[in-house]
Amino acid sequence: MNVVRPIAAPGRPAVATLGLFDCDIHPRPLSLEEYRPWLSTEMWHRVQTYGIRARHGFAKGYPFPKAAPFASRRDAWPPGKLPGTDLDFMRQQHLDYHGIDIGVLNPLQPSGQGDQNDALSAAMTYAVNEWQLERWLKNEPRLRASVVVPYEDGEASAREIRRRAGDPRFVQVLLLSRTAEPLGRKRYWPIYEAACEAGLPVAFHAFGYSGWAMTNGGWPSFYIEEVSEHATSCQAQVASLIVEGVFERFPTLKILMIECGFAWIPSLGWRLDKHWRKLKDEVPHLKRAPSEYLREHFYVSTQPIDEPEQPEHLLDVMSWIGWDRILYASDYPHWDFDDPRTAFPSFIPAERRRDIFGANARALYGIPAV
Amino acid sequence: MEVLETASYPPNAPITARADWRPKGGRAGATLAQLQTEALDRFGADIGILNCLFPVQLPFSEDMSAAFARALNDWVRAEWLDRDSRLRASIVLPMHSPEHAVAEIERLAPDRRFVQAMILAMGEIPAGRRAFWPVYAALERHGLPLAIHAGSAYRHPVTSIGWPSWYLEDYVAHQQGFQSTLASLVTEGVFAKFPGLKVVLLESGVTWLPAFLWRLTKTWKGVRFEVPWVDRSPAEIVRDHVRLTVQPFDAPEDPDTVRRLLDHLRSDELLLWASDWPHWQFDGDAIAPPGLPADLLPKIMVDNPLATYARLREEGVSS
Amino acid sequence: MAARYVVAPVAEIPPGGRKVVEAGAGRRIVVFNLEGEFFALLDRCPHQGGRLSGGKLCGLVESDEPGVFHYDRKGEILRCPWHQWEFDIRTGKSRHDPNRTRTRAFPAHVESGAALTQEGPYVLETFPVRVEEDYVVVEA
Repeated sequence: MNVVRPIAAPGRPAVATLGLFDCDIHPRPLSLEEYRPWLSTEMWHRVQTYGIRARHGFAKGYPFPKAAPFASRRDAWPPGKLPGTDLDFMRQQHLDYHGIDIGVLNPLQPSGQGDQNDALSAAMTYAVNEWQLERWLKNEPRLRASVVVPYEDGEASAREIRRRAGDPRFVQVLLLSRTAEPLGRKRYWPIYEAACEAGLPVAFHAFGYSGWAMTNGGWPSFYIEEVSEHATSCQAQVASLIVEGVFERFPTLKILMIECGFAWIPSLGWRLDKHWRKLKDEVPHLKRAPSEYLREHFYVSTQPIDEPEQPEHLLDVMSWIGWDRILYASDYPHWDFDDPRTAFPSFIPAERRRDIFGANARALYGIPAV
Repeated sequence: MEVLETASYPPNAPITARADWRPKGGRAGATLAQLQTEALDRFGADIGILNCLFPVQLPFSEDMSAAFARALNDWVRAEWLDRDSRLRASIVLPMHSPEHAVAEIERLAPDRRFVQAMILAMGEIPAGRRAFWPVYAALERHGLPLAIHAGSAYRHPVTSIGWPSWYLEDYVAHQQGFQSTLASLVTEGVFAKFPGLKVVLLESGVTWLPAFLWRLTKTWKGVRFEVPWVDRSPAEIVRDHVRLTVQPFDAPEDPDTVRRLLDHLRSDELLLWASDWPHWQFDGDAIAPPGLPADLLPKIMVDNPLATYARLREEGVSS
Repeated sequence: MAARYVVAPVAEIPPGGRKVVEAGAGRRIVVFNLEGEFFALLDRCPHQGGRLSGGKLCGLVESDEPGVFHYDRKGEILRCPWHQWEFDIRTGKSRHDPNRTRTRAFPAHVESGAALTQEGPYVLETFPVRVEEDYVVVEA
């Protein structure tokens, strides 16, 4: 891709010759006021009075204190503001500095996703989608938006997806990874139906609160356990999507897992296959081995990149997953951000890194080369 | 409660018992004669460790759970250990009550044929929590490893994101329980507090371990200050303290992939041979997971178990 | 042979403060004042290259028993602003892997202006050296 880049990008990796896509950037409102233009008076009153209520007990913030305030890099605070709230600062520190060609926005809480109240969730997610367009994409052609959906309400989610279908500014549907039921369950199928109609991949990003204990053996004590648990709970999500037959029903559906880790994927595929072979009579709706669905329908973002003690083991894992399935993500401005120049060891062949930076995302999102 | 049977292993489900181990009329895995014929004699084991999955962990009443556990452990002694000198056993623990669990350890530890104590991978609170530390103190004192077996007390849904529809998902989800449980043991500092404690993971699938350790160790480097008693890499801690049985071994059969996976484990000393009898994990006499290098088998079948189980060493058990 | 860099007048880096300086060929060094002693580290985290100078100064939380916390060396531990790796400012060593993971530490000390104007070799920043002031000098 030949692009004349007027601004020097010292942070851009030289191998990104097919483009540099960042599939995970987190914009944030400075306050809920930023969503107000798209919320009804009644809904605004409700938010102000009763608050956003995730499926846990903390009225503000999160159950586990994170490694840094707002889970962000210490150097990502625009003067006088919160990380991720200022487009100019994001340009200077990230988009321009790293030479990002396309950055996909994944707004996280406070988005209303997973709220205890379905109507509030639907109202807020609509507002978040409008906010992405108005406050971020309007003045920055490198950015793309996610269709943030009230995923616990499948029908409302489908309506929001259909509202945005055909608008090329939206490149995916966004869910959080900890849901009230496993994602393969029928209540979520309207989301997949609408996404497939619209030709959009469905992404789920680590986090959210399922309403259940954070592990299947109870609540952990520490943030370090929560970070581990993101990968663990995603294993249940992948198993569910496959075993429930979602890909038989929606053969064009593509799933992108963001910030869930990826090194666990091959082992899960082998485990599913091994035990499916013995339990086939329970699941006759599966026409193929689970690992085949895994290989064909799932994509992963790289961040936080796995760091084996022997770094070359990463090559095994990536080749088992499939080199075309892996997409670079920065997670800007969060603390576990991956710098595109340094996150990928140089023993990963250059053309593989090139594809991770550009070709794979381009193919998944259907964005043509310039 | 009609009968105490766990949803983890529905009696007629294929994994619960291999077809050729299901007698016509009668239950699989029920008698000593079945065990001897189908496994002990057949596979030529010198020592067999019994891990009884009769679900004493299911009842919500602590006292009922403890009473069933005592009865179960006594039954294992009388009907099995007393009748075949090759047999050893886990003390099955009523873990919902640490007091009852400690009492059961103290009651049975004098019988040296109990070589470890067993809990399930998924209980009510994560296993690393300080409420359980009197149990680990007792185990360390007696030189008994903590065995963690696949299975759930179903105090929580099968997964942290709710109840799945299919038993296949339930079975696969044991792997998640092992990960969370191991994360808890490491990050709560159980191995810092009880440096003599060993842990054995039974029927876990094994190949999930490297990716889990990579992530946990990477995170630890940044948030060490949250759990400052974790004074070295979680991967090192696990390699020192934790062992895993090889059935099932969730991997393809080709030796090259298996060799790479063993590389990822970074230690020859982690794996312990098991049949998982009468669960269906392999066919015929294919007792070693396909692709495992032949020269690793003596370690898996003899050296590593001896290194893990102090009570087997003290007996002077040899191959 | 290390060059000597005159970083700043001592008064510009008060206790608890820090200053970043270019030390030739795009190499950034961050200088800290810990209660009157000066320490200089390469301003680059060995993990992914984050600028350590943007990180928070902390103390060290240690524990030899779960649930018991000891906190000391306040202000002497630098946490990388990215992945929060802890570095001992005095040595550049990481806390999680002190033997193998570190950022480079450079000798730093105070010299009088009078000595600097008479001795060499040195590299001056673009400010005048006054003989009556003291200056922080780094060898890098």
